[in-house]
Amino acid sequence: MNSSQVAVDVHAEPADTRTVVAQAIGLTRRYGDHTALDGVDFTVREGEMIGLLGPNGAGKSTLLNSLVGLRRPSAGRCELFGGDPSVPANRRALGMTLQETGVPGTLKVAEAVDLIAAHYPEPEDRDTLLARFGLDEVARRQAGGLSGGQKRRLALALAFVGRPRLVILDEPTTGLDVESRRMLWDSIREFHAGGGTVLLTSHYLEEIEALAERVVVLVGGRVIADDTVDAVRGLARVHRVSMVAGELPELPGVLSVERADQRVHVMTSDADELIRALVRLDVDFSGLEVQQATLEEAFLTISGS
Amino acid sequence: MSLALVHTRYQLTQLVRIPVAILGAAFFPAASLVFFVVPNTRDNPAGATLATASMVVFAVMISNLFGHGTGVAEDRSRPWDPYTRTLPIGPAVQFLSRIFTGIVMMMVSLVPVVIIAALFTPATLSFGAFVLAIGTVLLVSLPFTMMGLAIGYSMSTKAALAIVQLIFLPLAFGGGLMSTPGDEPGFIQTIAPYVPTRGAVELMWAVVGDHQVNPTSVVSLAVWTVLFGSLAVLAYRRDEGRRFH
Repeated sequence: MNSSQVAVDVHAEPADTRTVVAQAIGLTRRYGDHTALDGVDFTVREGEMIGLLGPNGAGKSTLLNSLVGLRRPSAGRCELFGGDPSVPANRRALGMTLQETGVPGTLKVAEAVDLIAAHYPEPEDRDTLLARFGLDEVARRQAGGLSGGQKRRLALALAFVGRPRLVILDEPTTGLDVESRRMLWDSIREFHAGGGTVLLTSHYLEEIEALAERVVVLVGGRVIADDTVDAVRGLARVHRVSMVAGELPELPGVLSVERADQRVHVMTSDADELIRALVRLDVDFSGLEVQQATLEEAFLTISGS
Repeated sequence: MSLALVHTRYQLTQLVRIPVAILGAAFFPAASLVFFVVPNTRDNPAGATLATASMVVFAVMISNLFGHGTGVAEDRSRPWDPYTRTLPIGPAVQFLSRIFTGIVMMMVSLVPVVIIAALFTPATLSFGAFVLAIGTVLLVSLPFTMMGLAIGYSMSTKAALAIVQLIFLPLAFGGGLMSTPGDEPGFIQTIAPYVPTRGAVELMWAVVGDHQVNPTSVVSLAVWTVLFGSLAVLAYRRDEGRRFH
């Protein structure tokens, strides 16, 4: 496999007839002279469960915030349920959890749910919802007195109050303990099984693997991969092979080569094949180390090659 | 409209749970009344009534400038604010609920002023004039509400607090709130008609006592209201989706 094949991102899709619920068309967003999103085309269809993956600063939050009308595009446009997301009526079937959603400290948990419920025609039953998110016992407590995990679960519960068709969750489980994370995953799966559409971001490939059917990888404000979980997992299987060596010959499966002091660091999509080649070509190396690249390294390598 | 009332109720719920905030709003005008009006108007019912009206306008200004100016700026700095903007509501609900909340807080801050004036000064007012005065308070609070919103939607909490602290005393003295009507220092008589507090307090004086309103003051009050109203709407629009650069 050579590097150009690794970076192939367009998955030939059969014509999809499901309704488009959210869409970015040539979306560019700049902050001053920093370009957070660079001509992103992205479509979410009814019933999909999409994971948006990428390193910090890749533009994930900017993309989500643009889709719901919190950010105006510098160029291109966004549509939510077929209309302009900054028009309130187009947000009626949306549930959102931002990366930070500090419920005002003096509001009680039940009050926060009631406040959000007042915005929707057929809200979820409050007690059922709180029980589902493990918050029934703290319903009468002020939000300021909750633990970090409880605050996060409350913010997530609020996304489901209005019986949305689409929920957008920005790093839903960051800072959650394992038990809360499982609880949330179950809620998301249940919502999806009932026909709901889910778009979520995460730093964790594990979380995306557990939930998503489709993965979109964003690096440096561009979509570098948009495919099934299996395909992206293959893309992300990058190893770092490092050794002390002089000039290296042409090697197979090399994504990038970096030199630091005496050592050469080679990022590769197939570490076994690389090492076989090193031996076969009788390269004079020592201190060989092979490590699984982090997701972040993997995506940066793929996007850079 | 009903959603605006729901938001108002929740804003008030939050404020009531931090009672110090309410005490703070009510303190300054009441203290001013005690120190400036009570000792100087012992045998002068008409003067006491006019001076009380001045303190009421002072309270109206402080309540709205601080309440909206620093209150909105503070809310905007918190993550709850962008979250509420993903709900299916537009600016009208947010604006109206803030104005309603501001009116309630303003009325609360006026209660001690009215009680102190009734008990410790010879100020008097007929029931009809009292009701009319309440209506006038609502009307003349508008420019200060808009000024507060314009400040709150266009700057950070620290900047908003600094600006409000910088302008509230000049506005009070410049409009003649701290002087006996008709007996202001010369330069204040010159500038007062163009200061928004002046039109406000002259309308109040006309309702509670024998005062001939200066048309210039009222026209400039209307101009200020429109100006600050436009600035507030502009600041809100500019604020949409342009945070955390």
